Amino acid sequence: MALLSVEGLRTQFATGAGTVRAVDGVSFAIERGEVLGLVGESGCGKSVTSLSIMRLVPPPGQIVAGRIRLEGEDLLDKDAEAMRRVRGARIAMVFQEPMTSLNPVFTVGDQITAAVLAHESGRRRAAWDRAVEMLDQVQVPSPGERARDYPHQLSGGLRQRAMIALALAPGPQLLIADEPTTALDVTIQAQILDLLRRLQAERGMAVLLITHDLGVVAELCHRVAIIYAGRIVEMAPVARIFEEPLHPYTRGLLRCLPHPSRFGQPLSSIEGAPPDLRGADAGCPFAPRCPLAIESCRRHEPALAERRPGHFVACPVAVV
Amino acid sequence: MSVTATMLPVVARPRRRVSFRAAFGLGALLLIGGSAVLAPQLAPWDPARQMLIKRLRPPMWQAHGLREHPLGTDHLGRDILSRILHGGRISLGVGLTAVTLSALIGVTLGLLAGFFGGRADAFIMRIVDVFLAIPYILLAMGVVFALGPSLLNVILVMGATRWVQFARIVRADVLSIREREFVAGARARGNRPLRLLLRHVLPNALTPIIVVATLELAFMIIYESALSFLGLGVQPPTPTWGWMLADGRNYVATAWWLATFPGLAIMLTVLAVNLLGDWLRDTLDPRLKV
Repeated sequence: MALLSVEGLRTQFATGAGTVRAVDGVSFAIERGEVLGLVGESGCGKSVTSLSIMRLVPPPGQIVAGRIRLEGEDLLDKDAEAMRRVRGARIAMVFQEPMTSLNPVFTVGDQITAAVLAHESGRRRAAWDRAVEMLDQVQVPSPGERARDYPHQLSGGLRQRAMIALALAPGPQLLIADEPTTALDVTIQAQILDLLRRLQAERGMAVLLITHDLGVVAELCHRVAIIYAGRIVEMAPVARIFEEPLHPYTRGLLRCLPHPSRFGQPLSSIEGAPPDLRGADAGCPFAPRCPLAIESCRRHEPALAERRPGHFVACPVAVV
Repeated sequence: MSVTATMLPVVARPRRRVSFRAAFGLGALLLIGGSAVLAPQLAPWDPARQMLIKRLRPPMWQAHGLREHPLGTDHLGRDILSRILHGGRISLGVGLTAVTLSALIGVTLGLLAGFFGGRADAFIMRIVDVFLAIPYILLAMGVVFALGPSLLNVILVMGATRWVQFARIVRADVLSIREREFVAGARARGNRPLRLLLRHVLPNALTPIIVVATLELAFMIIYESALSFLGLGVQPPTPTWGWMLADGRNYVATAWWLATFPGLAIMLTVLAVNLLGDWLRDTLDPRLKV
């Protein structure tokens, strides 16, 4: 049984200007100890997917359909209190912005101590020692002293490490990392990715990595799901995505990456813009921008089909 | 070649020491508070004792001033110094309890309105609007008329009419704090709403609360005197600063000391409280610590 399985998830926002279908029938599964990358451009529903798993979609957003199973238990059936016990203890989250993700009025050690005590009873003294140990595990230098620092006294990289320590302190089975390195500069980014990979391997923890950065995906993920307009359009092991992308959107994304062989040429981009998520028209959401689109693409929404072993594509014209 | 002092690297002076202004504020407040507490021991006269022969005597350093009345006497021949010392007990006591009460009500309702939003917010803020629409003095007059003037009623009324100041500021601050990522993060770690509110939102909203509390303390002292002036506050002959100020108003052209000394007492208290509030705010905000 997969650790987490999401089936047919639909999350919508009822706004005055119509219903926005931010997540529109997303299905995927994460095995124990697996790193799944969820890749897409801004506004395609990556973050709403992760918030849906935590059941923290802000109003007016609402999960209207689907199942989210953690070790077989449906999270959508749980009452508020049972769900609260899942958050942090079994599924933890790391956010994008290390600058604002820590409470400015408490020391880093205090905050990790509170996270330790939130899900297991114990003495404060012991929890503080655990907090320092956690900071040590995320390779914060002189963790005993840093634990007594306030967030503003730490650099961005150290803060993101502290955030990871905070998330991992209760020992979650699944870590959702929502663009964990986007706000950091490249060298720090590499360090944080290294750290995440090491911690993931040591703890056998599953990770759902949300990003728009294909470089980060290549570094860390075992499998990748490409999401477009609230739908998964392609899902495959990471090597397959880079070596043999099938969906035209994935190919377009990969062509957008700078490459030494195209030195001197302008960077390519995908023509057009993502569709308005309020639209209810049938057909493939990518069809208007797709160079390969045929007549039926505009009429029938293609289903995700396994075109190669472990390689799923939602495109009937994709050249296998 | 000698090394002059100016060539040495500039070392930032540690800001740990308490600033002069904070020390002044704390010192003045301790002095005022102490003399209020010890008023029965310190005051040379019974504050209610009238000596009509010695009425309207100026302070002792002026012509016709008397040694035994250092700050002069009022129109009934009562000793001003003794009345200020005793008045401080009432003014400070009423001010502090009223501010505490109004902060408790206002911060609680402001937190609830700002954090939970929706109907709770609409309901609480409509009550706030009602309180703002009715002049608070009028409201206080009505309530005190109904309940009868007493020290306790005055405190209750003052607290119950001024809490809107806290509620509005706290709500506005909470509206922005609750959207910050560390609150979302704390929620994602499975914290209960009450804990989010008390541990993550409230401590970050403390700065404006302290500032408003110091301003309100000053306001409460004036408010109490306004009520006393209308005959709805603490009843004569119990001295309060506000009442002395109001009473001395009639003689301000001929006997300036009647209104001046209680006015100075109010000013000094308010100044001290504000300085202390500034210092508290700076100390409680870790970002301002060096």
